Amino acid sequence: MPSTIATGEWQLLHGEWRNGGVDMTIIATRQRPRHYWRPDVTKLSRALCGIGALLLMALYFLPLWSIQLFAPQYPEGLGMRIRLTTVVGDRPTDLQTINQLNHYIGMRPIEPTGIPELRYFPLVVGVLIALGAGAALLGKRPLVITWLAALASFGAAGLVDFWRWSYDYGHNLDFAHAVIKVPGMTYQPPLIGTKQLLNFTATSWPAAGAWIALVAFAFGVAAILIGKTTRSPFAIPRSGATDMAFKRAS
Amino acid sequence: MKRSYDKVLPAIVAALAIVALLFACRTTNPGVRTAVTNDAAQKVFVPPGQYDEFYAFLSGGFSGQISVYGIPSGRLLKVIPVFSQNPENAWGYSEETKPMLQTSHGFVPWDDSHHPELSQTDGVPNGKWIFINANNTPRIARVDLTKFETEEIVEIPNAAGGHAAPFTTPDGRYVVSATRFSVPIPNTDVAISDYKKSFKGTISFIRADEPGKMAIAFQILMPGYDYDLGHAGKGPSDGWFFFTSYNSEQAYTKLEANASQNDKDYVAAVNWKRAEACVAAGKAKSTPTSYVHNYVDSTSRVAKSDTRTTVAILDPRDCDGLVYFLPTPKSPHGVDVDPTGEYIVAGGKLATVIPVHSFSKLSKAIADKAFDTTIDGIPVVKYTASLAGEVKNPGLGPLHTEFDGKGYAYTSMFISSEVVKWKLGTWEIVDRIPTYYSIGHLMIPGGDTKQPWGKYLIAMNKITKDRYLPTGPELFQAAQLIDISGDKMKLLLDFPTIGEPHYAQALPASMIKDKQVKFYSLAQNANPYKISREAEGGISRVGKRVDVKMLAIRSHFAPDNIEGVQMGDTIYFHVTNIEQDWDILHGFAVLGNNNSELIVAPGETRTLKWIPNRVGIYPFYCTDFCSALHQEMQGYIRVSPSGSTVPLVAKLSDKALTQSGRLERAVSPGAEHAEHDRNR
Repeated sequence: MPSTIATGEWQLLHGEWRNGGVDMTIIATRQRPRHYWRPDVTKLSRALCGIGALLLMALYFLPLWSIQLFAPQYPEGLGMRIRLTTVVGDRPTDLQTINQLNHYIGMRPIEPTGIPELRYFPLVVGVLIALGAGAALLGKRPLVITWLAALASFGAAGLVDFWRWSYDYGHNLDFAHAVIKVPGMTYQPPLIGTKQLLNFTATSWPAAGAWIALVAFAFGVAAILIGKTTRSPFAIPRSGATDMAFKRAS
Repeated sequence: MKRSYDKVLPAIVAALAIVALLFACRTTNPGVRTAVTNDAAQKVFVPPGQYDEFYAFLSGGFSGQISVYGIPSGRLLKVIPVFSQNPENAWGYSEETKPMLQTSHGFVPWDDSHHPELSQTDGVPNGKWIFINANNTPRIARVDLTKFETEEIVEIPNAAGGHAAPFTTPDGRYVVSATRFSVPIPNTDVAISDYKKSFKGTISFIRADEPGKMAIAFQILMPGYDYDLGHAGKGPSDGWFFFTSYNSEQAYTKLEANASQNDKDYVAAVNWKRAEACVAAGKAKSTPTSYVHNYVDSTSRVAKSDTRTTVAILDPRDCDGLVYFLPTPKSPHGVDVDPTGEYIVAGGKLATVIPVHSFSKLSKAIADKAFDTTIDGIPVVKYTASLAGEVKNPGLGPLHTEFDGKGYAYTSMFISSEVVKWKLGTWEIVDRIPTYYSIGHLMIPGGDTKQPWGKYLIAMNKITKDRYLPTGPELFQAAQLIDISGDKMKLLLDFPTIGEPHYAQALPASMIKDKQVKFYSLAQNANPYKISREAEGGISRVGKRVDVKMLAIRSHFAPDNIEGVQMGDTIYFHVTNIEQDWDILHGFAVLGNNNSELIVAPGETRTLKWIPNRVGIYPFYCTDFCSALHQEMQGYIRVSPSGSTVPLVAKLSDKALTQSGRLERAVSPGAEHAEHDRNR
């Protein structure tokens, strides 16, 4: 004769229950309150999300994009790497040499301290890492989605920004003092791929940092896809969310 | 008439036939002009863009330099200026390099460089440096193999004719220099006919293992003979050094005949470990002298000279067991120690055999005191007591021997113009190959070390004659590349050389090719007149001295308009190449200069001195085609009369000013930022 007494959030249940051949009597269950801070994705998906967030830390250490320049006179190539905080030559003197060559076509020197994005992008990545870590800790699907969206937006914004800068460098030429003027010629390197710029073959390609960010993004997508639970995140939890106290049926 | 015709005609025919026969039998050169096998071209062909297997360093002889060749292609890679001024790159002309050619005789702008010697560790080349001797005004230079540049030159005091140099000890601690000419020591005013009484030779041991600190460790006073060549012992004979001598007759005139009287001269065996001990025991006399030591400061790259005033001289009479003489036929030239260190081969240039001394027999002879006599405190070992064997009938004029590390020796024969291959131990001749012509030294990469790379042999010949298209009376000399990888030697290639190649050295390219400096760091350039930016350039005057600090970068000089210089001034152009890019050198030349041009490597500062001799406008320009606008890389300097009121100015052209402005912006981020914002 089970009886139920509802006292606030407690429900006392009495009854008999067989568990693995042993008679059990449920003496009480505790019903948790209805709230949204309970994880609603699986542990695996939280782990993927967390790893993704941690992977983003690599952006502080690895180059994001790489531009390489080859010419008949530069069989060994010149290169520069765009990092989160600066632009550096593949070899320590490459940037100086690239700037040195660019003066012939009237291009401004590439000067990392003059690019403000390189100052605040590191902060944005910090926020992204925090957001991803938060999503992993709380295990909430909306947070994971938000993080992913932010990451994608940042990536897109970064590419647009890179394109704008390279457009600016390649088009806003000091024709008054350029010694090589080729009508109609501009010197914007490709965003991705290869392009012939006078005697130089310029190849632009994502570097390790960008690939790792892409992997982080893929982890996020996976976190959402494989971490799907059967219920809606807003549903009232059922049996899985009840604690039960058992007593052996004597 | 008709009948007599009948008789005469056959007689004429017969006579013509005899003449024709004689003509056909006239003496022709029996030699084979070219004897290459059909795979020779393949063996020396290094496809365009690919690298040679070995670097070979050939002495320049009377050019005073070292030439560097790729082997097996025989392509000339570089001429390294050492003892001779080289207007091509201002070696010995720029203010930074002039001190390198200082000696106690003043500035000596030329010498005769004979024997390159790679630095060694444990008897094997280590790829750090190559040393070379100056034969005329005795000096030894050290060339750095990461820059292919002479970095140090030390003069040898109490010496005349530094021929037996600069051979190294296996540990690289010393290089040696023995005197070709004996002279009074210390040198003084005596009658030449006092030769026997007053003339002496010296053997110098020079500390060579610390860059910038080469110094004469000690000298050994020797009888007044001519000391010719040397090589260190190794393995069991490590600690010993062997030198050839000739003119034991002590002739001082017509040596050609007078120094060729004795059947045997001597190989001097010097126990240098013993010498060290005697010097340490205070048995050497510290003797006043004066010799100059020059070296390139590593950060400023400015050469400095200092003068040393004493040298330790060791007399064999004061140090038992220091030197032994090994009688050796006849007027020996080369003395070469085989890779095991047991055999000492002497090239008696007038001898009919190649005598080979044995180190173990020599040690026993010394222990047994198997001596004939003693000369100036030097015991003369009985010939047979140290002799291991003789190579019989090797040819004519044996000079030098190198080794392949497989038990064979190769001896150059000057007079019979050939290389003779023979077996160590049995002394039998196994092969011979002609050279074109009159071979002097020969060289196998590592062939004088413990570890020969016995694949190629290079014969260096004194006479070229008909081997190439003729070029007037003075022909270049030539080398021949011979394949020694098989049983039979095979001629692969002829290639011309600079000056006269005496000795040479070679090592696998892989040992040094990846260590090459591509440019000097501008940031580390400590030349006092260096500038890094256009704004730092300028002009200053102290009395009659005018200093112009100038930079060179593609494609301009800054400053490039200079005024206010007057007749009577001495102008120093200090040109800094601020490029930090491989193979971007700039030149600098000014009209009418009684000097050379400058060639300035990236990151380097070089100074040219100029004293104008008339009023006017003088152009200066870049001489090393640096860029598409190289021809625009020029400027003007105005020379006014003495006492003129033209102010001293060094201006940038409008173009340079703009470029300067851009550089200015580049170093001030705020300005760059502001401009960028405007652009956007």
